[in-house]
Amino acid sequence: MRNNNRRAAFLNGMQDGIPIALGYFAVSFSLGIAARSVGLSPMQGFLASALCNASAGEYALFTLIGAKAALWEIVLVTLIANARYFLMSCALSQRFSPETPFFHRLLIGNYITDEFFGISVAREGWLKPAYYYGAVAVAAPCWAVGTALGIRLGLLLSPRIVSALSVALYGMFLAVIIPPAKRDRAVACCVAAGFLCSWAFGAIPALKTISAGTRTILLTVGLSAAAALLFPIREEASHAE
Amino acid sequence: MPSNIVCILVAFATVYAVRVLPLTLIRRPIQSRFIRSFLRYVPYVTLAVMTFPAIVEATAVPAAGVAALIIGIAVALWKGNLLLVSAVCCAVVFLVEMIF
Repeated sequence: MRNNNRRAAFLNGMQDGIPIALGYFAVSFSLGIAARSVGLSPMQGFLASALCNASAGEYALFTLIGAKAALWEIVLVTLIANARYFLMSCALSQRFSPETPFFHRLLIGNYITDEFFGISVAREGWLKPAYYYGAVAVAAPCWAVGTALGIRLGLLLSPRIVSALSVALYGMFLAVIIPPAKRDRAVACCVAAGFLCSWAFGAIPALKTISAGTRTILLTVGLSAAAALLFPIREEASHAE
Repeated sequence: MPSNIVCILVAFATVYAVRVLPLTLIRRPIQSRFIRSFLRYVPYVTLAVMTFPAIVEATAVPAAGVAALIIGIAVALWKGNLLLVSAVCCAVVFLVEMIF
C-alpha cells in the first residue's frame, strides 16, 4: 500500500517534471553557449550543472571563471545570486511531515530550484519526497546534458526552437500560481502585486540597476511580509495542512 | 588562478549550504503566525516576480512573450495543468514568431 502510494507520487512527479525538463533543456543549452565562450569543456559544464542546478548562479560562475576571479569572489557572488533558495528552503522546511526521514532533507535540498520548488510547494498536504524525486529524475539530467550539448554544439539548435522552449518554465509558473489565485483572494493580491512591482523594478531607471536575483529577494520579502500582515492565515486552516 | 574544476566545486559547496541549512535547521513547525503566513505567500510572490516581465524578455519577439503570458493565464484559469499550460505557451511563441 505504502509502496503503491510512493510509486504513484513518483510517477506524478515525473509527469510534472516534463515541462521543467523542456524548459531546462532550452535554458541550459544557452547556458552552455555562455560556458563555451569562457573555455569550459563539455565535461566541466556537465559537472557544474549536475552539481549546482542553478541558472543565474551558474551564469555568474561562468562569467567569473572567464574573468579569472578569486575563489572568495566566487563564494560571494554565488551567495548573492542564489540567496532566494535560502527563502525557498525556509518555506519548504515547513512542508515535511514529522515522520519524513532526515536524509530526505539533505537530498531534496540539493534540488531546490525555482521550478522544483514551484511545483512541489503549491501541492496540498505534506510534501511527498517521492514526488520531488520523480520531477528531479526527469528534469535534472536534462539540465546537465543540455549544458554539455550547448558547449559541444554551440549554435546548431534553431533559434526559433530555443525561443519557443524558453517560455516553457514561465508557462509552468503560471500553472502553479494562477489556479490558487482564483480560489484565494490573498494569493491573487500577491500575484498581481508581484507582477506589477517586478515590472516597475525593470522600468524605473533608479531601480533598473538592481540585478534580477536581488529584485526577486527584495520583492519576495517585502510583498510576502505585507501579505502576512494584511491576510494572516487562519490558525485551524494551517494545522490541517 | 584556481582551475575550472576548483571554481565549480567551490560554487557547489556554497550553493548547497544556502539551500540545505534552513531545510535541516528548521525541523519543527514554526509557531509564529506572522512567519507562517509569510512563508505561505513566499512561493506565489517569488514565482510571480520571476515570471513577469521575464516571459516577455525571454522570446525573440516581445509580442510572442506577451501572447504567451495572456493565453497562458487563460489556460491556467480554465485548467491548471502544468504540462498543458507550458506546452500552450511554447506553441503560442512558436506560432507568433512564425508570423512576424
